[in-house]
Amino acid sequence: MFLKEYFGTIFNSVKSLLTGMKLTGYYFTHLKEIVTEEYPDNRATLKMAERFRGEVTMPHNENNEHRCTGCQSCELACPNGSIKIITKQEIQADGKKKKRIDTWVYHLDMCTLCNLCVIACPSEAIVMGQNFEHSVYDKKQLKKILNKTGSKLMEGVEE
Amino acid sequence: MVITGVCLLAFLVVLCFFLGYMERKVAAFMEIRLGPNRVGPKGSMQIVADTVKLLFKEGLTPDGADKFLFNLAPFIVVITSMLVVAPIAYARDFQLWDINIGVLYVSSISSMAVIGILMAGWSSSNKYSLIGAMRSGAQIVSYELSIGLSLISIVILSGSLQLSEIIESQANGWWIFKGHIPVIISFVIFIIASTAEINRAPFDLTEAEQELTGGFHTEYAGMKFAMFLLSEYINLFVVSAIAATIFLGGWMPFHIGGLDAFNHIMDYIPSSIWFFGKTFLIIFIIMWFRWTFPRLRIDQLLNLEWKYLLPISMVNILLVTAMAIMGWHF
Repeated sequence: MFLKEYFGTIFNSVKSLLTGMKLTGYYFTHLKEIVTEEYPDNRATLKMAERFRGEVTMPHNENNEHRCTGCQSCELACPNGSIKIITKQEIQADGKKKKRIDTWVYHLDMCTLCNLCVIACPSEAIVMGQNFEHSVYDKKQLKKILNKTGSKLMEGVEE
Repeated sequence: MVITGVCLLAFLVVLCFFLGYMERKVAAFMEIRLGPNRVGPKGSMQIVADTVKLLFKEGLTPDGADKFLFNLAPFIVVITSMLVVAPIAYARDFQLWDINIGVLYVSSISSMAVIGILMAGWSSSNKYSLIGAMRSGAQIVSYELSIGLSLISIVILSGSLQLSEIIESQANGWWIFKGHIPVIISFVIFIIASTAEINRAPFDLTEAEQELTGGFHTEYAGMKFAMFLLSEYINLFVVSAIAATIFLGGWMPFHIGGLDAFNHIMDYIPSSIWFFGKTFLIIFIIMWFRWTFPRLRIDQLLNLEWKYLLPISMVNILLVTAMAIMGWHF
């Protein structure tokens, strides 16, 4: 009984060690498995993961229209006040007054890229961008206005 | 004699550069990384750059240290590892010192390195260094036994302690093939125990970075630190060369009895290529161990030696002796 346990221990440990060596041996002989990105060299072809969170962006379509209704859900959801939305009243074609965004201020220097604003947005107006090269010499350049000048709300988002 | 000695030293330094590069590349590929690839073609000059950096660093001696011992220790470590290189046969008729007790010499000198390590740990006046050095002492005292017993099994079979005669006895086949399973067992035990004796992972709790910040060489910087690194790689080479000489036939080509044409082709490969091929195979296996296995705890380390390796190698010696008396080997 003792001998069985003794040799069983030896057998099991040798087996588990060989399993480990098989894996590292596989990696050693299959160099295409290497995951290292040579970053500054491959900037042109660098492909980030889809779920990577680099910054908050607001996509505009070709008519310079965005989907933001100015509901300020993102501003409420932001845990550290990186978002400030300034709204204005805009007279529509049918004479009615409606709330529209004036400036969508984004403080990248305070943002923790937690993604809560994107989750909170009811109209999918903001998404997380892939750009991560944010270094600047002046902190003021990190305060960004996401809606482009002269942009309008896309038709049919508000309904 | 002096010229050959200087050539050998130069060869060892170049070899250490190569081993350092090989280790970093092997480690990187096993961890799915690229490894050094900036300095020189494929990063091959990285070790040279590191050496130049270490040359320009200040050789600091701590205030509380025992200055004489502290500065002496790296030289002792390097000298002991270089002494072991002497009786190795690199190729046919190319052996610097064919001493008639070669195996005994190798196993006794290689265990002397622990004196340098203990000296370094004690004189640093640093508790991490001291703990590392004491662990190293416990480790070498234990694993020396298994190394000795596994070497003795081949000494019994070949009937000589002289390395050149052990190689000659393998002209018709290497001991690992001629000696059946007992010799394979003692080969495995030798590889495990010698990995422990040269303080490499998974037995590197002498330097155990996470616990001891660097073990016995915590306080060393500059070239004195590089000396410890140098001796580590020389030890790696020596251990592999001894394993290749004793178990895999040294510079003897691979022969299969009966296939004369095949044996003839094998003879055309230079004997030095055979020797270095076998040595680097074993070096690669030891590196493979290092980058695969997790480190052992001190109690696991002693368990492995006293409960497993030593009893097994004792039984193994009996089997080998019976085999040698009855003439069961080829």
